[in-house]
Amino acid sequence: MTTLNRRFDLRTRLAIPAVAALLVVAVQAPAVAADLPADPLNSPMWTEMGAQFFAGAKVVHAPSIKVVVPSIVEDQAQVPVTVDARAIPGVTRLVVFADLNPIQHVLTLTPRKAVPFVSFRMKVEQGTPVRAAALTADGTWHVGSVYLDAAGGGCSAPAMARKDADWSETVGIAQGKSWRQPDGTSRVRFRVRHPMDTGLSRNNIPAYFIEKLELTAGKGDGLATLELREPVSENPTVTLLLNVPSGESAVKVEGRDNNGSTYRSSIPSSFDQSALDPAPTVSR
Amino acid sequence: MRRSSRPSRRDVMAALSASAVAHLLPAFELEAAPLTYGLSAQRLDDGVWMIAGRQEAITQKNGGAIANIVIFDTSAGAVIVDTGPSRRFGEELSALATELTGKPVARVFLTHIHPDHVFGNQAFKPEALAATEGVVKGLKDMGEGYADAMYRAAGDWMRGTELVLPKSVVAAGVEDFGNRRLRLLTMRGHTASDLVIFDERSGFLVAGDLVFLDRAATTPNANLEHWKIALANLGGIPHRLLVPGHGPAENSTRGLDQTRQWIMMIEDTIRGAFDRGLDINEAAALPLPAWTEGIALARYEYERSLTHIYPKLEAERLPQVGGRAR
Repeated sequence: MTTLNRRFDLRTRLAIPAVAALLVVAVQAPAVAADLPADPLNSPMWTEMGAQFFAGAKVVHAPSIKVVVPSIVEDQAQVPVTVDARAIPGVTRLVVFADLNPIQHVLTLTPRKAVPFVSFRMKVEQGTPVRAAALTADGTWHVGSVYLDAAGGGCSAPAMARKDADWSETVGIAQGKSWRQPDGTSRVRFRVRHPMDTGLSRNNIPAYFIEKLELTAGKGDGLATLELREPVSENPTVTLLLNVPSGESAVKVEGRDNNGSTYRSSIPSSFDQSALDPAPTVSR
Repeated sequence: MRRSSRPSRRDVMAALSASAVAHLLPAFELEAAPLTYGLSAQRLDDGVWMIAGRQEAITQKNGGAIANIVIFDTSAGAVIVDTGPSRRFGEELSALATELTGKPVARVFLTHIHPDHVFGNQAFKPEALAATEGVVKGLKDMGEGYADAMYRAAGDWMRGTELVLPKSVVAAGVEDFGNRRLRLLTMRGHTASDLVIFDERSGFLVAGDLVFLDRAATTPNANLEHWKIALANLGGIPHRLLVPGHGPAENSTRGLDQTRQWIMMIEDTIRGAFDRGLDINEAAALPLPAWTEGIALARYEYERSLTHIYPKLEAERLPQVGGRAR
């Protein structure tokens, strides 16, 4: 409920880049660094990110990938991020990460019958580059980057739900809706109640988060797989653009958290439902 | 107040700025603010003044002096409505009120919990500070978080500022200051508890942040339904002049009309975006109506309101489609 997060911690803020810088020096392998193009955002963690996510593969910067974040971060625990890699043909995987977050990997989308588009909300611990890396069949990573200016504290703050004594009874309750788009895709918005504990909060709650959402249609026709990590905000709320086969009337979602609980949902998605207008184009 | 033994940002800043490692910190931590707000009061009536807030967001340049403050001269002493964003502001306000009225401060009313209205409290005796039970409770819950947020937004202007809780709890009714009777009206909508003050002598209605004029309304703790009801109630109170929480004091219905229009606009725009399946960033890119071009901070507050309202809409309006399998 606070306007801006109160759990700002100067030590964390200064310590993470400092440690990160040391790590970079320590692990910098010439073979990796040589292939990695310079970072337009000059992140101290860029080389480390290259090693962590690209492992020597070819990397190119792709300004045509839209990574949209708000100009004002009102709540560090709920920062909306929209990633649109439609400008890159043949995306097989879309990885979102934030260099200066304590946990950098945010999510990975594998679009099978889906558009390389995802929007969600995430926690940030400080101002950080937010990047979307799109892998194409030729093994190249196309990276879109934006700098998110934020004060921080989102990762080390306990989930709001922890204030409710009976929060565990609502875990897994899912809500969702589908809108058929003029281009034939189905825009699916899905929300699932879950604390998404990072394991980094001050009250020592261990990591507890939904790690996978499998979206299918009909008899298990795979549309997309979404792997979520700890930085995704409490009560994950995602928007996806799926190519639901025309004969199908529902999108099924199978979820699993890191405690082994599974979650099942079915979102009605027929041609009877449609949006009135195409979504506006967002850009920064 | 402190919830943990870890040092707060303020402790760290205070310790570092005085130490030999100060030069190692990023420059913005060390920007020294001018030492004075240079407050000037605008005379509204015999014995009534307003210190006009800037129609801006809280920044390190304006020191958070963005809300309107009202000073009344009464036979019991100076009566002040809201204390501003910082200790420094409160001290200047106290001195100005004493100078204008020639009397010590008898009473300080707080209209609501928001930090641009309450962090000058330190300059006044806690017994002189008066607020509703809801405001006192709200400050207990939110005060520490607001303090950290204010240090971040306003920087050095906040030095030495701590939240002081009011010791006088007030309810709806009349407070008699001798030659001036003030009616206290307790409403809600902008926050869970909004105090409105009607001065019987001048016929002025001091509306607090239930009314914004020529500046977009803020919604972090708002209930828009309650707010619209409060505006209707305010419109039913005959008054000679309306002093909004932000914006010029006027003898007109512009403040009430514009605040209502703004609330309805963000409701319609945000609800419309939600009904189309947009996410927050897509909704933020939507155009706002042309009339909002004359409203300061329109897009800024619209984007903030999206963050406040969208998650509630999602929780309340997306149909349930599943649950835990085992």
